[in-house]
Amino acid sequence: MPIPTRRVIGVIVISQVPRTDGAQRDFVLRLFYFLKANMTLKTTPLNAAHRAMGAKMVDFGGWDMPVNYGSQIDEHHQVRNDAGMFDVCHMRVVDVKGANVRNFLCYLLANNANKITLPGKALYSAMLRPDGGVIDDLIIYFMTEDWFRIVVNAGTADKDIAWMKEQAAAHMPTLTITSRDDLAMVAVQGPNARAKVWQVLPQTQTATEGLQNFQAADCGEYFIARTGYTGEDGFEVMLPKEKVEAFWYDLNKAGVAPIGLGARDTLRLEAGMNLYGQDMDETVGPLESGLAWTVDLKSERDFIGKAALLANPPTQKLAGLLLLDRGVLRGHQKVHTPHGIGEITSGSFSPTLEKSIALARVPVDVAIGDTVQVAIRDKMLNAQVVKYPFARNGKSCL
Amino acid sequence: MSNPSNLKYTASHEWVKTEADGTVSVGITQHAQGLLGDMVFVEAPAVGRHLKAKEECAVVESVKAAADVYAPVSGTVTEINAALDSSPEDINNDPYGAWMFKLKPDNGADVDALLDAAAYQAVIDSEAH
Repeated sequence: MPIPTRRVIGVIVISQVPRTDGAQRDFVLRLFYFLKANMTLKTTPLNAAHRAMGAKMVDFGGWDMPVNYGSQIDEHHQVRNDAGMFDVCHMRVVDVKGANVRNFLCYLLANNANKITLPGKALYSAMLRPDGGVIDDLIIYFMTEDWFRIVVNAGTADKDIAWMKEQAAAHMPTLTITSRDDLAMVAVQGPNARAKVWQVLPQTQTATEGLQNFQAADCGEYFIARTGYTGEDGFEVMLPKEKVEAFWYDLNKAGVAPIGLGARDTLRLEAGMNLYGQDMDETVGPLESGLAWTVDLKSERDFIGKAALLANPPTQKLAGLLLLDRGVLRGHQKVHTPHGIGEITSGSFSPTLEKSIALARVPVDVAIGDTVQVAIRDKMLNAQVVKYPFARNGKSCL
Repeated sequence: MSNPSNLKYTASHEWVKTEADGTVSVGITQHAQGLLGDMVFVEAPAVGRHLKAKEECAVVESVKAAADVYAPVSGTVTEINAALDSSPEDINNDPYGAWMFKLKPDNGADVDALLDAAAYQAVIDSEAH
């Protein structure tokens, strides 16, 4: 069997390789290895810690990252039932500072930065091209009227910052946009995650125990946000790079298990959260990507991409699928519906439901409750269109 | 875990065990299951199907990936391990016990020509570089 014989193929890459015949697949793999051989992977400050903890490392978009430390299903349940920690140092923190920064973000982003007025409050948004394509999805934190913090995806960070700087130069040249390469980030997630963080960083408890969901506190060296990518309660902690390894080991001593990218992917998929590059990218708009709830088309506010969204009503949408037959849904499998053909954007096995689930881009007329057929190898398997999220806070939502 | 010396192997990470009745059981190796991770689905070939050596004949799916299983030698499928339908994780827990299907080889000498444990280990070692 052709299996990923070197550590270089990760969960995301494999699930995206369309199924081909053996010869084509071997060619793709050989090409991949050839390209790989001349590349150096980037590492986070926790790289040695991952190896010491027995991680299986993979190439994740050019970063040498842990895919799992043992059983990825056990890691998944650990987060749903207790607490787990994720190395998210590859993601990028960007500080935008200056007078009227709020007005700039109102123009830059599809969601409305005016919604966040409580200090520390966070907002999830897409950043769009003028044609409506999604440049990235990100979280912004309102700190003061002259400081917003933004966290962007790893693979898109450089292009995001270039775009932000280009827009600032054109519309608000007094702003400063700083990539905080001095910061590391760890996500601690699960029903017991906050208590574990307080155990390790007791000095931050007073400032963070009153945080609402999607709100952050600046605790000096530690910036602590009640956000995450798992559908569980918890914190994302930004801290100086040189302190992150000690923080990681302290959390582990407090009973927080390290969790790899494999479980991160099944947790976020169950929680119905998009993965950039897979569920959306620059070729599709937010309304075709399940992000209508983050796009403010009602207010007078103009933003980049708004005119294109208004001019082009979506013909497709993102839907949740639950596989009724035996098998596993994967990215790029075709979905046959009474209204036309769609395609799975993210699919996997759900450890919480013990069934296969997926997000799929399908014609807009497909409705919840419809049965559709997914082409898997030489079979057509039945799946039901379901409302997502699939699971959150330890429980099935279906 | 080392690879049992009483089994034969393929470079594509199947193991082959000759049974007393002349059939061979086929599974995937410790190395293969370790790379694929938690198994969640197995699709075995139909009993009675004739397979050619190196033909794609079964699929194992872990949480993170799907992988083909190739027929190690030409032969006819005589039995499949139905227990893997409900507990595919047996492949992770006991890779050399969790056989996927049994074949009656067209030619017994084909089995002798497969890799022994040392030669298979050399394949794994060469892939690590």
